[in-house]
Amino acid sequence: MAATQKEILDGLAEIVNEIAGIPVEDVELEKSFTDDLDVDSLSMVEVVVAAEERFDVKIPDEDVKNLKTVGDATEYILKHQG
Amino acid sequence: MAGRSGVKPLEGERFAELPVRIAALAAVDPGDVLPRPLARKLDRSAQFALIAAREAWADAGFTGPAGEDEKIRPERLGSVIASGIGGVITLLDQYDVLKEKGVRRVSPHTVPMLMPNGPAANVGIEVNAQAGVHTPVSACASGAEAIGYAVEMIRTGRADVVLAGGTEAAIHPLPIAAFANMMAMSKSNDEPEKASRPYDTGRDGFVLGEGAGVVVLESAEHAAARGARVYCEVLGQGLSADAHHIAQPEPTGRGIATAMQNLLDQTDLKPSEVVHLNAHATSTPQGDIAELKALRKVLGDDLDHVAISATKSMTGHLLGGAGGIETVATVLALHHRMAPPTINVEHLDEAVEADIVRDAPRALPEGPIAAINNSFGFGGHNVVLAFRSV
Repeated sequence: MAATQKEILDGLAEIVNEIAGIPVEDVELEKSFTDDLDVDSLSMVEVVVAAEERFDVKIPDEDVKNLKTVGDATEYILKHQG
Repeated sequence: MAGRSGVKPLEGERFAELPVRIAALAAVDPGDVLPRPLARKLDRSAQFALIAAREAWADAGFTGPAGEDEKIRPERLGSVIASGIGGVITLLDQYDVLKEKGVRRVSPHTVPMLMPNGPAANVGIEVNAQAGVHTPVSACASGAEAIGYAVEMIRTGRADVVLAGGTEAAIHPLPIAAFANMMAMSKSNDEPEKASRPYDTGRDGFVLGEGAGVVVLESAEHAAARGARVYCEVLGQGLSADAHHIAQPEPTGRGIATAMQNLLDQTDLKPSEVVHLNAHATSTPQGDIAELKALRKVLGDDLDHVAISATKSMTGHLLGGAGGIETVATVLALHHRMAPPTINVEHLDEAVEADIVRDAPRALPEGPIAAINNSFGFGGHNVVLAFRSV
């Protein structure tokens, strides 16, 4: 069953917490991975791979650069999840 | 100083089939000391180095990165941290990930984690070292070579302060299998704490250890200007190469003697002032004796007033980390005027014609004294460092 927006946000928050140590409550839709959440380009790859597994979605490398904020990622996953 | 061995059995199925199932594991897991998001991006060797560097940096009286702490400018600070093998655990673990979970799961941090300069670079970033970050690689002499390199950085005017040392984390079945197949390691699996026994007739190879040793080197002028606590003076280094065999020690100690002679020729160290030596002595049948032969050849009768300690009897052999922690041990021996013991010498090899500090620590004399730290590596690298009391 497809995940809801809230479930995706919560899932991303857990992933970002695991990878960057940011408290889950600080991971909000408008936050930028790089500027707000201490996720550099290498760690972003980890976030993407973890999200792919969790939400059964493929995020090609060329799409990753468009995922600036948590909201961007949430929307992408909502649209593309299997 | 307590004369306790850190060598323990290696638990777990992955070690079960190995001919060697002992090692001196770090007492504290570095991954538990560092915040998890940082630790997961660092190879274990870089974790050790970063923790050791932080401790050294704070101990030297610095309160933050260069620039933030105005006592040191970033352009005048260096980081020289060596490793013999680099991030070998990361490399092997990620190969397992590739085979078992596929390409996509290989960590994007793999390359910065496995590159041998990773520890030096991470330490450099931590303290904002912009004068230069370097990583000499010379197997088990790497840590000592790093300290020698750092001394030259200061002497040639490139830096005022350099964090320097060595780190290693290679307690993994593959390096152990490989070293064991070279007949280089002790197989005393039944008595781990007695396995590393330099100079004892029953010695049968080295015991692998892990960890890091890092010191803060500083020009005398810079240290005086900021009122730093000074543990000792670094006199310099003597270097040479055996040009003999890729892994066997040259049996007469010819290359080691050349390094010792270079030390005497290129620094103002006098044999008469040397009262302590932290030997390379890894507990191999050939190497321990070759080193002593070389010392006798160069120091002559002056070797008789040198209290020799083989701290690998307690710490195991940290490979590229050895020169780091043994420099710390040598410097603290001078500072506290107490030579650490060599444990497990139950039957002294009769080929040993030198004064080994056995079983218990030994007080060193008052007045100006000097000490030497020896490190040698596969490939025939010989690095001899000398220090003087202040």
